[in-house]
Amino acid sequence: MNWEAIALSLKLAICVAGILLVAGLPLAYWVTYSRWRWKFLIEAVVALPLVLPPTVLGYYILVGLGPRTFPGKMWQSLFGHTLPFTFGGLLVASVLYSLPFAVQPFSAGFESVDRALIEASWTLGASRLGTFFRVILPLSAAGAITGTVLSFAHTIGEFGVVLMVGGNIPGVTRTVSIDIYDQAQAGNYDAANRTALVLLLFSFVVLSVIYGTNRRAMSLWRKR
Amino acid sequence: MLKILLAGLLWIVPSFQVAGTLPPFVIPSEARNPSASNPENKRDSSARSVPRNDNSCFLVECSVYATSRFTFGTQALQKSCGTITVAAAADLTDAINEIVANFQKATGCTVRVSTGSSGNFLSQIENGAPFDVFFSADIDYPRKLEAEGLAAPGSTYLYAVGKIVLWVRSDSRVDISNGLAVLRDPSIQKIAIANPQHAPYGRAAQQALQNAGVYDAVKNRLVLGENISQAAQFVESGNAEAGILALSLVLSRGLKDKGRFWSIPENLYSPIEQGVVLVGASKNPQGAEAFLNYIKTPETAALLERYGFTLPAKGKP
Repeated sequence: MNWEAIALSLKLAICVAGILLVAGLPLAYWVTYSRWRWKFLIEAVVALPLVLPPTVLGYYILVGLGPRTFPGKMWQSLFGHTLPFTFGGLLVASVLYSLPFAVQPFSAGFESVDRALIEASWTLGASRLGTFFRVILPLSAAGAITGTVLSFAHTIGEFGVVLMVGGNIPGVTRTVSIDIYDQAQAGNYDAANRTALVLLLFSFVVLSVIYGTNRRAMSLWRKR
Repeated sequence: MLKILLAGLLWIVPSFQVAGTLPPFVIPSEARNPSASNPENKRDSSARSVPRNDNSCFLVECSVYATSRFTFGTQALQKSCGTITVAAAADLTDAINEIVANFQKATGCTVRVSTGSSGNFLSQIENGAPFDVFFSADIDYPRKLEAEGLAAPGSTYLYAVGKIVLWVRSDSRVDISNGLAVLRDPSIQKIAIANPQHAPYGRAAQQALQNAGVYDAVKNRLVLGENISQAAQFVESGNAEAGILALSLVLSRGLKDKGRFWSIPENLYSPIEQGVVLVGASKNPQGAEAFLNYIKTPETAALLERYGFTLPAKGKP
C-alpha cells in the first residue's frame, strides 16, 4: 500500500478544492450576474475542460510552458523552474482541469436564489459584498458544497494530465492514480488491487457523507 | 410484419443447411442481409421448395468465392493473410513502421501497429487484448506469456538487443563526453529515464546509474517516463536537461538532429534483450507467423541494426 501516494493525492485535492472555492466563487458570481454581451465566451472557456481530453492540457503545459517558449521562460525566471515535474505544476493543471466542476455548480446555486431577496437586501442598505455573504451564499450553500466536493473528487480521480506532466516523482507527483497504473503495468495486481480498493472505499465514504449532510443542510434551509 | 420475419427465417434456415457443405466464406453474406431480402422472400416463399432457385443463387456465390481466391492466390503468400495486429515496444516505433511497410509491400497483408510500454502490453494481452504479435523490449514478458499458456509454445524469438545512451539536446551546455559522472552537476535539475518499475530501458538506466556510482547523487532529480518514448519527450521538450534513452530512439527521425549522445558502456547494465512472440489467442495465426518469419530474415536484421539495435549471435529462444 502506497500511503505516500494517497497522502499526496489528498493534499493535491484539498489544495485544488480550496483554491477553486476562493477563486471559483467570484468567477461564478460574475458568470451568473454579469450582463456583458460576450459573457458566453468566458462561459465557453470555463467549460472547455469538460470537452477537451486531458492530453490537450498536458501537452500545452509540457510544450507550451516548457523552457523553450516565452511563457515558459517567464515562469522559469519567476520561480526558478518550469511547471512540469513539480507539485505546483500539478496544482496549476488540476485547478484548470477542475474549473468547470466548481464554477458550474456554484453558478447554478446562485441562479436558484430568488432575485427579489437580493434586491430587498440591497434596498435595505446592505452592500453587495454583505448581500453576497449574508443572503446569496447561505441560500446557495448546496451549490457551493457540491462544487467544492466535485472539484475535490475530480482531482483525486485525475490521471491523464498527471501522467503527461508529472514525471512520476515519489512524494511530489506520484499520485494514487499513477501508482495504481504503475502497479498494474508491473503486474503487481495485488498491490494495485489494495490501493484501488482503498481509493474506492474512501471516495464512496466521502461522497456519501457529503451528499448526506448536504441533503440535511438543504432541508434545514427549507424549514426556516 | 411478423409474417415477413418468419418467412425470412424459413428462407435462411434451409440455406444454412446447404451452405454447410460450402466454404464458410459464403455464409456471412447470406446471413448478413436477411432484412434486405425479406420483401422478396415473401413473394418467393411459396417457391422455396424449388431447388433450382437455391442452386443458381449459390452458383453466383461460388463464383464470387473462386474469384476472390484467385486474386489472393496471385499474391506472394499462398494463403490470404488478412489483417495482422502488432503490439510493439516504444523503442521500436520507427523501425517497426519501416519493417511493416516492407512486409506489406512484399505480401499485400495489412498490418496494424500499436506502440507503447511493454509492461502495459503484457497486462493487456494477459487480459485478452486482440494482438497477434507482441514485440517486447524485455524478452521475459514473451517468456512469461508462454509460461502462462497465452502465447504459441516455442514462438518466443530474440530479435535484437537494445542499447542505452545518455542524451542531451543540441543547445545544451552540458559536456557529456565524460559519461554519466556529468549528471552530478547540480545545474542538471531533471534527468529523464523510463520507469524502472515496469520499463526495461528504465531498469537498465537505473542499473547503469548505480554501477557508475552516481545513482544516489541523482535519484532525487530523476523523472520517470511511462515508457522510453515519454522519457525522450521530456528531454526533447526541454523540461528535463538530460535523459537516458534507447539508442534506437536517439537515432530515429524525430530525435536524430536534435541532440548529442554518449553511449553507455554495456558492462554497466544487463543486456536489454528484445523478444517477439505469437499471441496464443490470435485470430490470425498464419498471418502472425508469416510476419514473425519475416522478422527473422537478414533484411529485417540489417534494418534493425541500422536503427541502433545489436543483433543476437543467433536467434535463441
